[in-house]
Order: sequence, then C-alpha cells, then structure tokens
Amino acid sequence: MEKDTEGRVIYFDNAATTWPKPKETIRAMVAYAEEVGGSPGRSGHRRAVMAGRIIFEAREALAEIFGCDDPFRIVFAKNATEAINTAILGLLEPGDHVVVSSLEHNSVMRPLRHLEKRGLRLTVVPPGPDGVVEPDRIEDALGADTRLICLTHASNVTGQIQPAASVGEIARRRGVLFLLDAAQTAGAVPIDVREARVDLMAFSGHKSLFGPQGTGGLYIGEGVEERLRPLIYGGTGSRSEFEAQPDFLPDKYESGTPNTIGIAGLGAGVRFVLSEGIRRIREREEELTGRFLAGLAAIPGVRVHGPQDASSRTAVVSFTLEGVSPSEAAMTLEEEFGILCRPGLHCAPSAHRTIGTFPAGTVRFGFGYFNTDEEIDRGLEALRKIRRHNT
Amino acid sequence: MTTKGGHVVFLFPSVSHALKAEKILKEAGVTHKLIPVPRHISSDCGVCLRVEAPLRDEVVARLRGRVTWEGEAPLEGS
Repeated sequence: MEKDTEGRVIYFDNAATTWPKPKETIRAMVAYAEEVGGSPGRSGHRRAVMAGRIIFEAREALAEIFGCDDPFRIVFAKNATEAINTAILGLLEPGDHVVVSSLEHNSVMRPLRHLEKRGLRLTVVPPGPDGVVEPDRIEDALGADTRLICLTHASNVTGQIQPAASVGEIARRRGVLFLLDAAQTAGAVPIDVREARVDLMAFSGHKSLFGPQGTGGLYIGEGVEERLRPLIYGGTGSRSEFEAQPDFLPDKYESGTPNTIGIAGLGAGVRFVLSEGIRRIREREEELTGRFLAGLAAIPGVRVHGPQDASSRTAVVSFTLEGVSPSEAAMTLEEEFGILCRPGLHCAPSAHRTIGTFPAGTVRFGFGYFNTDEEIDRGLEALRKIRRHNT
Repeated sequence: MTTKGGHVVFLFPSVSHALKAEKILKEAGVTHKLIPVPRHISSDCGVCLRVEAPLRDEVVARLRGRVTWEGEAPLEGS
C-alpha cells in the first residue's frame, strides 16, 4: 500500500469522507477481521452469530441516532448513492411526477434524469436568494400525479441546511412520499425521522457517522416497503427454500453477503457519535466554521458561496478567489501548505449552476470534528498568502 | 408433547429477527439460548431460540407484537 510520506497534512475534505476516523472504528474492524470473520445469517455457528450480532447492533445504533423505533427499518447499502438509487428506481414509474430542489447531488439527479428519458416528469425548484429552498415553492410545484419530493438535507456545495421538517409536513399533508438525502448531515446535524416526517432517508456511513467507505444505508418509513422494489435481488440467508425475494425488512433490500467489516466500523462510529453527543459535535463544527468564515471575511478578493452564518449550515464552505481558479488554488494549497481540500463541481453541477459557479466550480473546505482551531488559522493564512501572491 | 426437561425452539424469518428476540428475552431476564437450527426442523436463517418448555407461554407474551416468528417446535430431552 502506498504511504503518504509528505509529512503532516491538514485534512479539509471531510465532506467527501471524514478523516481521521475514531480509534473505535478501526478497532472494531480489526476485531472483526481477527476474531470473528463469519458471514452473518448464513449459518448457526458461533462466528456467524457473532457477525450477525455486529450487524444487528449497528442497525440499532443507527435507529437510535435517527429516532427510529424499529431497527429493521434501517437497511444497509454500500453508500448514500446506492440508497438513493434504491429509493428512486424502486418507487417511480413512467408518467410519475417528481419535485426536486436545484441543489441536489448527482446521486439524486442522475437516476432521476435516467428515468426522465423513460417518461418521468421532473420539476426542479430553485432556492431563494438566501439559498433556502422555500417549502411553499415545493408545495406550489406539486400536482395530482406527484409521487415523490427529493430534497438534500444540506447541500454538499453551499452547506445550507434545508427545512426538512416543513417539507415533510407538506408531503404528509398532500399524500406525496418524501426522500431526504442526509449524506452531508447524518451524524453532524440532529435528525429525527419522525419529526421530519420522512418516508425515505439516505445516509452515508463514511462521512459524519465515522464508518469506513463502502457503508451507507436507507431508512424506510412505515408501509413504504410495500411499494418499494429492491434494487438488488439474491440470497439473504433467509427463506432459502423459495426463489422469490423475501418481502420483509431488512432482508428484502439486503441481498448478498454484507460488508460486515465495514458495518462493524460503522456501528462503532455511530456509537462514538452517540457517546460524544451529536449536539456537542454540531457545536464544535459550528465553532470551526464560524472561525473560518470570520477570518475569510477579512481577506479581500475571496467570495463565500453559501450562508455567512455558521448556524444555518454544515461545516462545508465553498469559496472562490479572485484571479485564481479553484483547481489552481487547490493545487497550491496542497503543494505549498499541505492542505487537502476539493475544488471543482463536487458531483453537483445543478447546485453550481444555481449559485452561478458553473463550470469552474469552487474551492471547498469540508471541516470535521477532529479539525483544530490552529488548522483553521493555518488555512486562513494560506489563503491570505495565495491572494497576496495573485494581486 | 413437552416432557419434563424438554425444550421448545422458536424459529424466525431471519437472523435479524432471532437476534431481536434474543435481546428482548435478555432484557426481560428470561433464560434462553440461541442455537443452530436442528437439522430435522426446516428454516435456514441458521439460528433459533431454545427455551425450557415451561417458559413457552411467557416467551410468546414477551415477543408478541415486537418481533415476528415463523413457528415453534418441541425439542425433546436436549
């Protein structure tokens, strides 16, 4: 395996995947690999049962963090994208109408655009000037044949947190299903699936829930499973005498040997978040983001794309530097300052068109719970130097 | 059917269900054991819950409405 020998780095790409992971995540994965190693639900021997228990406990921890009473309503996927595809491809038919915000990631837009070619109708609702998608505008877009509303809980470009609960209320009142994309918020912003009245919620395991890559999942609201086709069919370890897919949760949506080692890490990551306290994590990330935004405001020629106030956003800050392209800036940040971030379009061209930064995109700093004040200050100092050099 | 010293096994649709039932019984302090499904009993999630026959009704009361199970079978002398 290639090792990073360049020395200490400042990791500001937590919106793509968090790093470092808590020790607990790593230990749980090593413990599974060294001491368990069984395939969950595929036999009655003790290692298979131990593996089953790891998955079961991870499911319980996720149910707890999302305020869901029934852990079986959490189904695992390899990432938020797979979960979103399960929801979109499993529910919609040609002729259905879908309302979606213009701030969505391609994980939502690509499956929708794919179905649009087969007769799905799409209404894309832009946010107001403040970056917030107005629930009233979502409601105005609903029609008699609207089947689904898709909304990002927080944009991976602007960081703006969207009014999920108000949209959920509208969806419930109008009899439309509501899919919330919580890839950027699960573990970082408190979410209660009952309060938000979501029918489906996709989450990433490897971002603020501190699991490894290859983990994610979908919360499936009560009764939705009766209308939702699986994305993948196959062996589940249950009902093997039948060739028809099981119709019960979670097996209906979990065919094939699961990513047990990854889910072991995810379970430990979620328990880490629960023990630290999601509110404490949120406060710390707000502090870091606030510190960065305040510092950035004092650097001439820097423009922030998204809310100036840390309280209405996640720890993702998109900005542009006058006279320096985002990709150039990111290269200089890495080569001269050891700062790792993500420039460009962030897999969200629609969001960048919405905020007027298409096609060059922005520089995105994604802070995380393990970043320090000193790292934020070093980031600001680097941007000051880059700006000075380019004026 | 259930002689003294006999057991009853509860069979579940999947290992997730069996583990949920195990947790419910553990929290309620009902003695039980998760065991591989005996070969003569059909079900393939791999594990089932074994309890002493006299505890059968209590187990049913604890599990009902909280987890679904597919069936029960007596297990003599084990």
